[in-house]
Amino acid sequence: MTDIEHGSFKSYVLGFTLCILLTLVAYFIVVKNLMTGLMLNISLFILGFSQAWVQLVLFLHLGKESKSRSNLLIFLFMVLILAIIFIGSLWIMFSLNSRVMPKM
Amino acid sequence: MTTDHLKHETENYNKTVFGFWVYLMTDCLLFGTLFVTYFVLQHSTFGGPSGKEIFSLPFILTETVVLLLSSFTCGISGISVNHHDKGRVIGLYLITFLLGATFVGMELYEFTELVKEGYSWKRSAFLSSYFTLVATHGFHVSMGLIWIAVMIFQIYFKGLTWIVHKRLTCLRLFWHFLDVVWIFIFTFVYLMGAS
Repeated sequence: MTDIEHGSFKSYVLGFTLCILLTLVAYFIVVKNLMTGLMLNISLFILGFSQAWVQLVLFLHLGKESKSRSNLLIFLFMVLILAIIFIGSLWIMFSLNSRVMPKM
Repeated sequence: MTTDHLKHETENYNKTVFGFWVYLMTDCLLFGTLFVTYFVLQHSTFGGPSGKEIFSLPFILTETVVLLLSSFTCGISGISVNHHDKGRVIGLYLITFLLGATFVGMELYEFTELVKEGYSWKRSAFLSSYFTLVATHGFHVSMGLIWIAVMIFQIYFKGLTWIVHKRLTCLRLFWHFLDVVWIFIFTFVYLMGAS
């Protein structure tokens, strides 16, 4: 049997440690009220996405070998569709809200 | 095994894993749509509680760590599959199963507490979208638990054959994927909702 499975013990330990760290940092920023408003949202956004990226690369092995080229392509297509759904929905719904709601 | 046969098996393996990856991407779209629904309805509390009042962050942090641990044990089981260490693979999947079951149990506990206090999905649009998003994730994890249980039996009775090997790879992808979705729920629903 050939070794198709990728990823070493080291990469999993590294991924796990990074994820725990990122989770705890995000958690304590919120619990200890270290930031507020826009700064807080931006930091949480960055921490969340970097953790997702760590997992995609170290756990799901995205884009690591030539074979997963098509995986990466499908992934990017999904991101494109998701971006259209996200931006489109939020834009339309908030614009509707501001047009229909009476001024407070 | 002849080289021809091996080539055929490898091709078959790659095709299946690729097909499963495409399924995961469509599942991403499902979760993305539920996320955007949640963002739109987040502030429509209709006089009911907002996220800040009902989320208990230490509890959610424990859930997050439990799921992350299960993702880790599931991931390193792949290395034991390569070493044909059947006992260790079964052991790691048992740990993964227990951690996953703990996660689902904690989530069900959280939901029943909310419903008991009268904050069910009927209360407001915010709670409807919250329950839909988080419970869809919980449902996926529950299905994953059934899958893990089935695979433990297959490893035990069939051994680590090509087919089992292939199914285990798909299972690992599925489980890691659920953890990625949970990070987004943790960050954007719980942490942002509670701050």
